[in-house]
Amino acid sequence: MKLRFTPIMALLGYIFLYGPIISLVVYSFNKSKLVTVWGGWSTKWYGELFANEQIMQAAWLSLKIGVISASVATVLGTMMAMVLVRFKRVRGRGIMGGMITGPLVMPDVIIGLSLLLLFVTVSGLLSELRTFEYEMLLSVFGDDVAKTLAQMMRTYFEYFPWPQGRGFSTILIAHITFNMAFVTVVVQSRLSDMDDSIEEAALDLGASPTRVFFDITLPMITPALISGWLLAFTLSLDDLVISSFVSGPGATTLPMVIFSKVRLGVSPDINALASLIVLAVSIGIIISALLMRKKPK
Amino acid sequence: MSNSKLARRFVIAVPNIWLILFFMVPFLVVLKISLAEPRIAIPPYSPLWEWVNGSIKFNINFENYAYMWEDSLYLNAYLSSIKIAAIATLLTLLVGYPMAYTIARAPEPRRSILLLLVVLPFWTSFLLRVYAWIGILKTKGILNAVLLWSGIIDEPLIILQTDIAVYIGIVYTYLPFLILPLYANLVKLDDTLLEASRDLGASRISSFFRITLPLSMPGIIAGSMLVFIPVIGEYVIPALLGGPDTLMIGKVLWNEYFSNRDWPVASAVAIVMLIIMLIPIMVLRRAQSKGAEI
Repeated sequence: MKLRFTPIMALLGYIFLYGPIISLVVYSFNKSKLVTVWGGWSTKWYGELFANEQIMQAAWLSLKIGVISASVATVLGTMMAMVLVRFKRVRGRGIMGGMITGPLVMPDVIIGLSLLLLFVTVSGLLSELRTFEYEMLLSVFGDDVAKTLAQMMRTYFEYFPWPQGRGFSTILIAHITFNMAFVTVVVQSRLSDMDDSIEEAALDLGASPTRVFFDITLPMITPALISGWLLAFTLSLDDLVISSFVSGPGATTLPMVIFSKVRLGVSPDINALASLIVLAVSIGIIISALLMRKKPK
Repeated sequence: MSNSKLARRFVIAVPNIWLILFFMVPFLVVLKISLAEPRIAIPPYSPLWEWVNGSIKFNINFENYAYMWEDSLYLNAYLSSIKIAAIATLLTLLVGYPMAYTIARAPEPRRSILLLLVVLPFWTSFLLRVYAWIGILKTKGILNAVLLWSGIIDEPLIILQTDIAVYIGIVYTYLPFLILPLYANLVKLDDTLLEASRDLGASRISSFFRITLPLSMPGIIAGSMLVFIPVIGEYVIPALLGGPDTLMIGKVLWNEYFSNRDWPVASAVAIVMLIIMLIPIMVLRRAQSKGAEI
């Protein structure tokens, strides 16, 4: 049989994709600290990994941010996907569609910097409000009106607080923002593939749109919600650049610890960590692939 | 009835308010701060307007943009980023096209598995996959050990901390972004066209260049833009795999913010980067709407 060019190229491509991951896993079991020296099999780097207080704390913070941001992003992203696919008579759907693809292509450095500057600017404005600087209001309105407005704004921010300082909450807001775009894309494609005749039949028979959503649409898009959530969780766990910009002292996520360690070269306990992530992701992707396969006909 | 209308408004409003507040407004803030003067204070920039005796006083200055124009570092960094992104996109296309083609031509049960195998690495940590290349490419790394052992080279190759390592890292991490849209396009290709051209005596190569390639253009463009656009602002890959000479604008912005603490210049760098990216983003949106028509 004649050897064909394209399948060989494709095979080399797959080796290129998986070689580095396999090398990480293999060398996580290397006794020697040096990459080129094989010192025999050992699991000591796994022990060192779990003994490293800094890594464990950062991993816990990243897991918390990952779970919360993926969950909020799934709710917001599903709402956005419903608006884009099912709400046919809403004006400005084109603009909304453009706005949601923004976080997908925008470089992380720009998202990170812009969110940081937003957080700083708004806290600055708020602290000005809090110190009763309503000079501007005073010059535009009368004394009484200015006082009332300042009081109203203060009351508003008591109930809807803006993050004080930077750390957990600012990283969370940033992650929800970019994750929501990814969830929207996943749910959107599922919704547009889906036959909407059942939903329309239920509406014709007098069910309220809210009931139709919870009783019919939601069960049908559950596989997409799960894979959207998993994608958001993975991206959150992986983000270095945006978190570095918006975090403050005391809030160090796992990628930030990894980055500062590997900048100086190879460190075997990071290999052990990578192997554990590869294991967890493999289990996750197999579960979500099985769920996606069970498409309701 | 009014109840469901309220629910409808709520569903429209919540995600859009979130996006406007945390995605659109921040760009206006960046634009505002790029027009301010840096100063040593908290926050480290001058206010754009002030209230002096009941009247408003604007302090808009374009110093930061002028400074970027005068200092050749910035212009060189933009040009070098565009060059690196363009070459890397081309390399990714060369690696990705045969893969997308093979997946699209494979029979069904195998096709899904091949596609899943392309997406799978994307789910594991990006940072750790870039890190894996340090161990492979460094002077005493796996690649040099294999090449020295097999006798192909006598001296270890110096790849890490050069632009070559950056290209390898980019092709490696962005490959799925190119393969997926390209696959989506190639899989819709009508087989009868290829059969007809073969029947009429065209060679395999000439049918590829005259039928497959032109028809897959929307997929090529969409996939290439999905690599090109984010790579322009890439920070992690040049920071980990590149050397001190690797000049990329994402790294310049990072240093401007984290090392120099010059927020106004960092903002101006970001604004110019956004303007540069507008054209490829428009090309991408056109390719995506074209791809949807076929």
